[in-house]
Amino acid sequence: MAQMLDDDPRIIEFDVRTDEMLVNMGPQHPSTHGVLRLVLRTDGEVVSEVEPHIGYLHRCAEKIGENLTHRQWIPYTDRMDYLAAMNMNLGWALAVEKLMKYQVSEKARHLRVLITELNRIASHLVGMGAYGLDLGTFSPFLYAFREREKILDLFEEACGARLTYSYITVGGLTADLPAGWLAKCEAFLEQFEPIIKEYHALLTTNAIFVKRTANIGVMSRELAIEYGCSGPVLRGSGVDQDMRRDGEAIYTAMYDGYAFEVAVMKNGHYPRDHDYPAVPADAVLGDCWHRFFVRMLEVVQSMDLVRQAMDRYSACKGPLGEPLKLTEKMPAGDAYLETECPKGQMGFYLVSDGSAIPWRVRARSSSFSNLAVAHELCRGCLIADVPAIVGSLDIVMGEIDR
Amino acid sequence: MTMRGPGFLDQLDAAVPAAVVGRNLEAIDPWIEVAPERIVDVCAWLAKSSPVRFDSLQCITAIDWLETDPKKAAKVTWQPHTEMVYHLWSTSARVSLVLKAKLPRWKSDVPGELPEIPSVCGVWRGANWHEREVYDLSGIWFTGHPDLRRILCPEDWEGYPLRKDYEMPLDYHGIRGR
Amino acid sequence: MAEFLINTVGLPDWLAWTVTAMVAAALILNVIAGGALVFIWAERKIAGRIQDRLGPTRTGGKFGWLQSLADGIKLLAKEDLMPDGADGMLFRLAPYVSFCASFCAFIALPFAFDFVGQRMNVGVFFVIAVLGLEVFGVILAGYASASKWSLFGAMREAAQVVSYEVPLGMCVVVPVMLAGSMDLVTIAEKQAGWLTNWYLFHDPFTFVIFWVYVTCAVASVNRAPFDLAEAESELVAGFHTEYSGLRWSYFFMAEYGSMFLVSALAALLFLGGWNGPVPVASLLGLSEGTGDTAGYFVRLLGMANLLGKATLGVLIMMWIRWTLPRLRIDQVMMTCLKYCTPIAAAMFLGAMLWQVALPGGLVPALRRPAGEIREGWLPGPGGAFALPSADAGKVAKVNP
Repeated sequence: MAQMLDDDPRIIEFDVRTDEMLVNMGPQHPSTHGVLRLVLRTDGEVVSEVEPHIGYLHRCAEKIGENLTHRQWIPYTDRMDYLAAMNMNLGWALAVEKLMKYQVSEKARHLRVLITELNRIASHLVGMGAYGLDLGTFSPFLYAFREREKILDLFEEACGARLTYSYITVGGLTADLPAGWLAKCEAFLEQFEPIIKEYHALLTTNAIFVKRTANIGVMSRELAIEYGCSGPVLRGSGVDQDMRRDGEAIYTAMYDGYAFEVAVMKNGHYPRDHDYPAVPADAVLGDCWHRFFVRMLEVVQSMDLVRQAMDRYSACKGPLGEPLKLTEKMPAGDAYLETECPKGQMGFYLVSDGSAIPWRVRARSSSFSNLAVAHELCRGCLIADVPAIVGSLDIVMGEIDR
Repeated sequence: MTMRGPGFLDQLDAAVPAAVVGRNLEAIDPWIEVAPERIVDVCAWLAKSSPVRFDSLQCITAIDWLETDPKKAAKVTWQPHTEMVYHLWSTSARVSLVLKAKLPRWKSDVPGELPEIPSVCGVWRGANWHEREVYDLSGIWFTGHPDLRRILCPEDWEGYPLRKDYEMPLDYHGIRGR
Repeated sequence: MAEFLINTVGLPDWLAWTVTAMVAAALILNVIAGGALVFIWAERKIAGRIQDRLGPTRTGGKFGWLQSLADGIKLLAKEDLMPDGADGMLFRLAPYVSFCASFCAFIALPFAFDFVGQRMNVGVFFVIAVLGLEVFGVILAGYASASKWSLFGAMREAAQVVSYEVPLGMCVVVPVMLAGSMDLVTIAEKQAGWLTNWYLFHDPFTFVIFWVYVTCAVASVNRAPFDLAEAESELVAGFHTEYSGLRWSYFFMAEYGSMFLVSALAALLFLGGWNGPVPVASLLGLSEGTGDTAGYFVRLLGMANLLGKATLGVLIMMWIRWTLPRLRIDQVMMTCLKYCTPIAAAMFLGAMLWQVALPGGLVPALRRPAGEIREGWLPGPGGAFALPSADAGKVAKVNP
């Protein structure tokens, strides 16, 4: 191993080499976002190799899916990315609808956009707050959770649950919004909008934050694509791809008529539809700062989408429509669909033999691919950069281990 | 958006002769079937030389086709086998492509001998973990993989949970399994 | 007090000195322990308010003011665990080393004019030197814990504290140079009078060097954003990962003691010590020398002044901690070597030249005439907390 490391030109050469030490970070560690275990090979403060060990949260959800009907599996998708359960529900529901060639009502479509974009804000708030925690500042975390609580209150009112919603389901949604919900949502957005500036002051433009994240863990475009990274991790490297715009017809049709600009740096600048802080001089495209900043932009973008969805939803006069029966039979065949979840592209692959119970279920998790690239990014960094890099990938172990 | 044009398939045929053994362009997700031993050649061409560069591997799935219920098994039309499914994506053209490959359930039909397929890690580095997961849960041996170990299950786990005839062990280090 | 015990009570000399020393030690211990209790409660309350929550609210009725006591009882009741591979003796010893270092430095710290455990003519030197010993406890803890995270924390602390002592020393030298004495009492006494006499406003160089001192002080007591030795998102809990219960709380007390100490030092060196922004006592015609009761009152007023300033310093450290992210180890070292040290050196030179060029200051009228400045008096050996006689101040004036 030592020989191999000596030959690797990417590893920083030291004047003095001491004994290498294997350090176990996790599965019980404050900054590994759940039960991730990283084995670090360190020489003093410098990390020469990081090996992630996963599987501590493995439930074999795919096997469970082979024994339940399509709608019965919805609660299991909740528990994958539990920070964005609405988006997970939507991914599975759309994959089943794609196989069954089913189309939901117009009202359900707009309600789905409304709910998933609201959940995207909640998920990015956790990502942002926890990232501050990784870098040693505690307060932004609580500021983020304070706002997330309000979103969860809205969700609780809509579907009765605060974390695992099972609200979006195959063929529509389990219930319509209660009366007065839209006004509360609008009040939340009004109240939330000025707070984003606070987050930018505490994190995005904070001098120490920039020092800790700019030019750290730089991921090239090619590396991101080769590892199948997606979501803010991919866009942070400057790849202009968002499944809401570039995905399959059944998914992009949901966003038909919605105006939004993909949060990615194009021709040297980010979208200018709002008043965003400037990119610091030290930041390099593909570093931790850019991945973080893309998430912050998406929060504003999602707020715009929520507002548009609220208008369209309230303009819809027809009924919401009933979801499919639990035992509704699926045609034989297979369908794969990727949706743009907050953490990245979540793919569901469904193979059916003609019954209501799928023959095979496969969940392609975005965090799984995003974490796979961590060992490339962490090579030669300092110990303190490991939480900074892993945190900037914004992983959720429930989704990786399934 | 999916690659549907037969012209593209002709180009693939010309570049990697006799690799494509089947196709279904009318399915919801049109797919082409590739001979398992040629999978690396096909993937390398798709990723590096084809007019549409499929530069990203999104997912690898192994489907175990085995009916364990004897009543239903009498009705099925297919022979037991394992199907490998590769979902590719092109970030430049924003189109997807589905590759399939058929493997036996066991190598040379000897139970316990894992079926083999060449690893595509050399084409996309991101395939590493996906192949480890398929090996872990479905029991497919990827030849040429740099580090084929279990990834989600413990390293000393026995059996391959996503196979249809898998039975949960009664006991794992003193923990009751079922 | 010793004289009182010998002359009036009639104790033998050695016993009288021991009792005197123990009384002083007990008082200082109470300052640290009581201070830690108050500061821990304050930190929780302030952190709560900063983070838009309430902090402790119930323990002890209103404001949760008994929270730290409850915490203390919990810590007492906790099992003192020690890892199997740990070096038993060093592991047990480490918290006391840390605590003792922090505690000993208080001995030379004057709380008011001649309210001092042991007045020393090298007080500044003593405080800085003894405070530096705290790092030994941390290194011992890290080494003896048999945990890699602890070792990382200890090595970081060693590198950081040793480096930051260089600029810290340079910052401290400037007031020493201006006062012409290393005696903390003298340094503070030279800043008596109005706000403008504080060394902070002495000249532009001292103003700058005060902020360098603040940076170095925060770094040398391991508070955020320099809390690398216990960086919880990287090193679990750093050097005290394996500690629990009372041993852990000794580290905590040492940390809060040191925080208070560097803040008090800042007050003494730059912010006029026990002299308030407005010389209330001298405007009322009172001084430490005017009779027993009035003199005592003036001293208490001075003590309130100093404690207030030091507490403010601690509160500012808390505010910083709950606002800023943590720096990385190389950035911490860079801040020290590339910024703090050169700036401190340049400011030291500047302050020296200023003193040569403008000994009276820019507006000499604002500066106190030299004759008014008392040097204080050096009491007899071990004169800790001795009640000064009424003419003490006069003696000093004769011998400036």
